[in-house]
Amino acid sequence: MSLHEQDDKALREAQEERLRAVWAPPKGLFLKWSDTNNNAVGVWYTLTAFVFMLFAGLLGVLMRTQLAVPENDLVGAGTFNQLFTLHGSMMMFLFAVPMFEAVSIVLLPQLLGARDLPFPRLSAFGYWSFLLGGVFVSGSIFFNAAPDGGWFMYPPLTTRTDLSGIGADIWMLGLSFIEVSSVAAAVELIVGVLKCRPPGMRLNLMPLYAWYILVVAVMILFAFPPLIAGDLLFEMERLLDWPFFDASRGGDPLLWQHLFWIFGHPEVYIVFLPSIALFAMLVPTFAKRHLLGYPWIVLAAVGTAFLSFGLWVHHMFATGLPKISLAFFSAASEAVAIPTAVQIFVFIATIWAGRVTWSTPMLYATGSLAIFVIGGLTGVMVAVAPFDWQAHDTYFVVAHLHYVLIGGTLMPLFAGLYYYWPLITGKLLSDKLGRIAFWLLFVGTNLCYFPMHLMGLEGLPRRVFTYPAELGLGGLNLASTIGAYLIAAGAAVICVDIALSPRRPKAERNPWGAGTLEWLAHPQDEHWGIRSIPLIESRYPIWDQKDFVKKVDEGRFFLPDAEEGRRETIVTTVLDARPLAVIRLGTPGWKPMLTAFALGGVFILTTYHLYWPALVSGVLTLAMVLWWLWTGTAEIPEKPCKAVGHGLELPLYLSGSSAPGWWAMFITMMADATAFSGLVFGYYFFWTKHPDFPPQELASSPGVMWPMIALVIGLVSWLLTVGARETNARGKAGTARGLLILAVAASAASGVAGLAGPWLSGMDPTVHSYTAIVWVLTVWTSFHALVAVIMQAYVIARGLAGRMTPKHDADLRNVTVYMHFFALTVIVTYLTLGLFPEVA
Amino acid sequence: MLAGMLAGCNAHQSALAPFGQEARETLWLTIILVVAATLLFAGVIAVYIRAVTAPEGRLDHRGGMRVVLWMGAIGPTILLTVLLLFALPAMRPLPSEPEDLRIRVEGEQFWWRVAYDDGKAAPLVTANEVRIPVGRTVAFDLAATDVIHSFWIPGLAGKMDMIPGRTNRLVVKAEKAGRYRGACTEFCGLSHALMAFDVIAMDAAEFDGWLANARAAASGSEIARAGHPGAAVFDRYGCGACHAIGGTGHNGRIGPDLTRYGDRLSLGAGTLEPTLANTAAFIRESGAFKPGSRMPSYKGMPEDDARAVAAYLESLK
Repeated sequence: MSLHEQDDKALREAQEERLRAVWAPPKGLFLKWSDTNNNAVGVWYTLTAFVFMLFAGLLGVLMRTQLAVPENDLVGAGTFNQLFTLHGSMMMFLFAVPMFEAVSIVLLPQLLGARDLPFPRLSAFGYWSFLLGGVFVSGSIFFNAAPDGGWFMYPPLTTRTDLSGIGADIWMLGLSFIEVSSVAAAVELIVGVLKCRPPGMRLNLMPLYAWYILVVAVMILFAFPPLIAGDLLFEMERLLDWPFFDASRGGDPLLWQHLFWIFGHPEVYIVFLPSIALFAMLVPTFAKRHLLGYPWIVLAAVGTAFLSFGLWVHHMFATGLPKISLAFFSAASEAVAIPTAVQIFVFIATIWAGRVTWSTPMLYATGSLAIFVIGGLTGVMVAVAPFDWQAHDTYFVVAHLHYVLIGGTLMPLFAGLYYYWPLITGKLLSDKLGRIAFWLLFVGTNLCYFPMHLMGLEGLPRRVFTYPAELGLGGLNLASTIGAYLIAAGAAVICVDIALSPRRPKAERNPWGAGTLEWLAHPQDEHWGIRSIPLIESRYPIWDQKDFVKKVDEGRFFLPDAEEGRRETIVTTVLDARPLAVIRLGTPGWKPMLTAFALGGVFILTTYHLYWPALVSGVLTLAMVLWWLWTGTAEIPEKPCKAVGHGLELPLYLSGSSAPGWWAMFITMMADATAFSGLVFGYYFFWTKHPDFPPQELASSPGVMWPMIALVIGLVSWLLTVGARETNARGKAGTARGLLILAVAASAASGVAGLAGPWLSGMDPTVHSYTAIVWVLTVWTSFHALVAVIMQAYVIARGLAGRMTPKHDADLRNVTVYMHFFALTVIVTYLTLGLFPEVA
Repeated sequence: MLAGMLAGCNAHQSALAPFGQEARETLWLTIILVVAATLLFAGVIAVYIRAVTAPEGRLDHRGGMRVVLWMGAIGPTILLTVLLLFALPAMRPLPSEPEDLRIRVEGEQFWWRVAYDDGKAAPLVTANEVRIPVGRTVAFDLAATDVIHSFWIPGLAGKMDMIPGRTNRLVVKAEKAGRYRGACTEFCGLSHALMAFDVIAMDAAEFDGWLANARAAASGSEIARAGHPGAAVFDRYGCGACHAIGGTGHNGRIGPDLTRYGDRLSLGAGTLEPTLANTAAFIRESGAFKPGSRMPSYKGMPEDDARAVAAYLESLK
């Protein structure tokens, strides 16, 4: 195939026909929900997150109505506590983070000129998990069973089953489920950015939105696992009475606060940076020039992400920590303002240098800048510890965080909505309604939240269902409530605008005249993503590369055809995007949805203490996952290579560190290791808390012998797996299989030996935080041994079935990655459990 | 002056109307921060307006990079460094001596147990009211028995959490006598909003007198308490299982100490006026006033009995 060949119109139409057939979405009332294409899943995801936002917003309006006048009795204390807990939890877990992932799932393939994301079924799995978990958590309010301990869920209020009801379990388990889906989406997005860029798009030519996706997804990867570890400890305490947070048995409520805020502070930037990313796309479009200072903004984003992990203690300034650590975290909290300022001034400088077109998206961007700067400045104020001791947990902080989140998340999202709506639907939203909504939102936000600064300093704590008239804050509160209604009105106008959209005519392609790749999207709704995968030479190829759109549309770049009737996209190298291979993508099917529901069953049934059904659901989940992997991954292609145009032949199979699957495994295990380090942190945290740790009377357990046996056998299993990979690669499949059989036995033995330590020494996990944390680490590591057994057995079976060969060894290589992390887990766990008591 | 304007009509539970040293110093810090933030906000908006109105090409690439470098990176770095150097010294706690008055406050759902320890005699236990001498350093030892609470007297000092298993220290110095109010600022359950307390800053000598009186009442040497008709009713309903009244043999520790209830300025941890009617109503159905309160309802108690107990409590001074 050559450039010349694509001159043939008949050939092009035949290619288009084939692409259309391959990428045709499943149709029909039921069948369409089995779709996995990013266009479908991403849009469902976005809409669902939007609906959750509206619902959570209504809860907020209800709260403001209760607080409009002092000593109001519209809703009782019990309902109010559910309202604010759910409002915060939903906005964070069901709106802000999923919305970023949803929008990214829609946009990323378009930004990268890819046909789809590398793991379309994983996105679908994430979506169905999110929907199920979200409905489960938010629906609880209709049964008066919603969580009521605040979105931060501080124990012991929430862990003591005599003080808190099923709402706490719904929060913990329902949101853990969603956290799992968030991590799944993060894996998908990271691999997408690193491996699915078009040829020529080196890292420094990436659209900035893709940079931000990478940064934010990596943050999710490291921020969510500590919370998942915390959730695990939390539920162990609630369901099994293991005293991690119970001070009377050696636990400490502050452990939860550390784990929660190690997640919770990066979370703020996780929801804020994507908005900066939207600005980075629309500011150049409306300033009609390249963004000024591309490397600056990338470095600033990375810097913000890095710093955001060192700030969590500023949520704990009033807990009585040593002053020296407060000084450190005070300084770090202020330092994060610097990269934020850099990002803002990059936009201002770009606008300055260019000529602004005043569009509705630009209006929203300007408004959110003003609001965000106020929130940022009050943020610098509360980072000063002495000021924070006054402002902390008062309405001042409520004002601060809403300025940050409305200016830094909500309004930019509306800017993005107006900007990208034509990309998704082919139609423009109304400028007039958009501007009306903007002014309602802008005035409403300031009226609602500005008075709260004053309320807080005048002594009004947060999370109060009412306040005494004698405080004299009735007037400010009433103003604030009126502001809340204006915000609601603004949101309603936007909903009307969206509802009217189907009746409007199609807009032209690329209506804003943007320069980035995503605007290649056709208004005529083709599902193949991009007609041919381009060679990229500029950050703004539509502006800079000659006849770019025409060449893409006429299939004059790579992969313009789907000869074998398979969904395909190109995989490139991580740094400089040299083409590596063509990968076949997953096709629509029910497995992702069913797997999500089976996994959801584990969490939901556990909430109601239905342990046996939960176990059945867990086994079902495992079976679904194995079935999915067996039938749909690491498939051996019918031919080794295929031509993708311009004389380029690319392989159809990848294994090892160049393959997306390997990266997905590696990234998932990074998250796993981070969660594990949260648990290890717990062990050493208790050590710092207690003068005698382990406590004298418990010090003899779990002994040295069993942990050391588990350690050695665990490492043997790891070495055997590595050996199997090497021998298999040399063509000795039989020997490799033999080594793997031994490895299965070793993994199992290591898991059992690990459990034997605390079991045989009779450790009771309910008596002390020490015994509880020892058991948690043991169970965690033994569970990983069980997973190792399953994986190693799976690889043996793949080999026997002829689905894995010495040449096609992706399964074995991916399992080896797991085993590297398993070895790390084994070493840390058993050295800690076995030897630390000897030296402590 | 700015502080006076901001303080509005609430002068007894406000960080803008300080009566203690730390709160006063923090208010100055607040004023400086607010002024600086306002100027910076105005500056950013001015630059933005300039950027929007500038014709295309007015700023070239080099100029743009200078904007980012100076306004985005160097400017904020200098400002924040100055702020830190200025603010960090304010983090140092007030110095306290071992002989200073120590007041141990324990948070409970949803009230405060307060114990005064001047090192001279056994600690004096009261509830829901904190009295401090003006001009003397006082160290609060803050703890909690059930869940996390937070101790905040905005006019006196910043807040400090009360965490089960830990004791946090907050050192304060009142500078102005008067009646003030504090509140719980860590969400602690159903009636978190109704967990406040009265703070009375007294002249030092007056305080010493009050403490001596209270001690005398607690040991029961001052008034013959059993003579009141409500006392028998109090006994009969078993109120003493949870509440202590000095000098009567009732020494429950589950609920607030009632030894000098008649002296209190509020009922139910800063939620109601301690009138006879309110006290009686509270006894019969505390949950109606404080949802989630651990005090059982006495709905079956005849109104007369409730009033008798209330009258008895009011007599305890």
